[in-house]
Amino acid sequence: MLKYILKRLGVAIPTLLILIVFSFILMRVAPGGPFSSERPLPPQVLANVNAKFGLDQPWHIQLWEYMVGIITRFDFGPSFAYTDRSVNDIIAQGFPVTLTYGVWSFVLAVLVGCLLGIAAAVRHNSWLDYFAVGTSIGAQVLPNFVMAPLLVIVFTLWLRWLPGGGWNGGQWNYIIMPVIALGTSYMASIARITRSSMLEVLNSNFIRTARAKGMPATHVIVRHALKPALMPLLSYLGPAFVGMVTGSVIIDVFFSTGGIGQLFTNSAFNRDYSVIMGITILLGALTITFNLVVDVLYAWIDPRIRY
Amino acid sequence: MVLRPVRVEAAAEMANYEMAAKGRSLWADAARRFFRHTPSVVSLAVLVLVALFAFTGQYFAVWTNAEIDWSVLGKVRTAGMPSLETGHFFGTDDLGRDLYSRVVQGSQISLMVGIVGAGIAVVVGTLYGAIAGYFGGRIDSIMMRLVDILLSIPYMFVLILLLVVFGRSIVMLFVGIGLISWLDMSRIVRGQTLSLKEKEFVEAARAGGASNFTIILRHIVPNLLGIVVVYATLLVPQMILTESFISFLGLGVQEPLTSWGALISQGAGTIMYGTLWQLLFPLFFFIVTLFSFYFVGDGLRDALDPRDR
Repeated sequence: MLKYILKRLGVAIPTLLILIVFSFILMRVAPGGPFSSERPLPPQVLANVNAKFGLDQPWHIQLWEYMVGIITRFDFGPSFAYTDRSVNDIIAQGFPVTLTYGVWSFVLAVLVGCLLGIAAAVRHNSWLDYFAVGTSIGAQVLPNFVMAPLLVIVFTLWLRWLPGGGWNGGQWNYIIMPVIALGTSYMASIARITRSSMLEVLNSNFIRTARAKGMPATHVIVRHALKPALMPLLSYLGPAFVGMVTGSVIIDVFFSTGGIGQLFTNSAFNRDYSVIMGITILLGALTITFNLVVDVLYAWIDPRIRY
Repeated sequence: MVLRPVRVEAAAEMANYEMAAKGRSLWADAARRFFRHTPSVVSLAVLVLVALFAFTGQYFAVWTNAEIDWSVLGKVRTAGMPSLETGHFFGTDDLGRDLYSRVVQGSQISLMVGIVGAGIAVVVGTLYGAIAGYFGGRIDSIMMRLVDILLSIPYMFVLILLLVVFGRSIVMLFVGIGLISWLDMSRIVRGQTLSLKEKEFVEAARAGGASNFTIILRHIVPNLLGIVVVYATLLVPQMILTESFISFLGLGVQEPLTSWGALISQGAGTIMYGTLWQLLFPLFFFIVTLFSFYFVGDGLRDALDPRDR
């Protein structure tokens, strides 16, 4: 087990380092430095500013300082567009927002998706089953950037129930639509995966035995079928998490929630490289860590996995 | 002249095959199964129609995609409605540009991105996966470790980073999408190659003196085509989705060029003013195309891989 964890860390850590180096190089080869604006600064001022941000150092020293800053102090350096704020400040402002509705979406997608999938498998070929299959096909072609405007049309324009955007300190009616828009397609995928693996498990011999010896139906499902049926789901959680992190960019931009995605796109338009890099690396680290945890959990739960 | 063992062997195999039975080829068999499945056939027809619309639609347009109809400006909500009289079949967008020709043009870009992305995946992913799987050992583990590393990078952010740094252009978009599209394909192909390379015909080819690359290109790759075709069909909508995602954020192709994602984004931005057609027309083409690709992909999978039923 420990060997497996170490092996996975052996992939995860180089990945993170490659990501940092890659974004750093990209930023350095970008045409125009962060301070070459339309109005050229006087050379002395430019030199001073460059010295302040350490841009006059050779680039390998800059890279080293940047990496050391991130790894030891969790410090992504100053923002180039808003010189009085650090990247950490900017991220700290947006991250709680994204995290709030991200966690809600994730929990809802997993809970509702699992329940729907299990119900569809248990009542195979009933209207519930058809509903689950139908939504999962529909959700495949309705990604979050299609869901979001459709939700706004229905709930804001026609029914006038929910506000069409904003965050308002995370009031419940501002959270609902981002959560639904972000979570629906993953809920549908989770339902599909749970349904098919549950169907497979329900048709296996040990379930037949359990039924044959007269166990109550709920007991068979909850105690025997559930655990093996949820195994394939675990390996989907990694990609789902990544997708939600990425999808939150759309949600932030569309609903103007002020989350990390909105900061990311704003910085992309402002060419505020240090913020873009900081967010890319932070989300990359999150993704890599989550995948690592899921993989280790998977190997721990399912002893058949060779590692 | 040196005898070409590969040819001889292949010919012998063919002759054998034809002698044994008046057999149908794998592909003819698959085609028969595919065309018997109505949803796949309908989806294929829809895709042909969408492609026709994208690549011949401009000949029916009254306005070009960059031209501004000054007469509707400021009253897009009423004068910019879809109508046959004004020549704006799908209405106009917020700036008075003809939505019909913009949708036609956007469809071209989106389809192209999808097909180019899938094309890169097919060529690079197949060769990469086949080489890794065939040689095995250390080469395999280094090559696949690289794929693992690339796969765990949040590529959407890297793609945006690329577009910001090198400027938004369609070439950069293709490069960025091409960089990521082949990863999954190479994994799938490698898995298949691992089992294929143990088969007798590979051994026979090796015994006949075929070089490693001849074996990969002439024996392994043709046997992988089925799974590659299926996966490529399912990859096209994913690539379209990726591009739409980027375009939705306004980081895709630059105006006056457009794509489904950009059009959906613009339409979604103006729904508050009641100009719903600006969202619904691009959305319709987007959804219909994605649906069809998924159905065709599923149909192909069922047709090419009959054991899965």
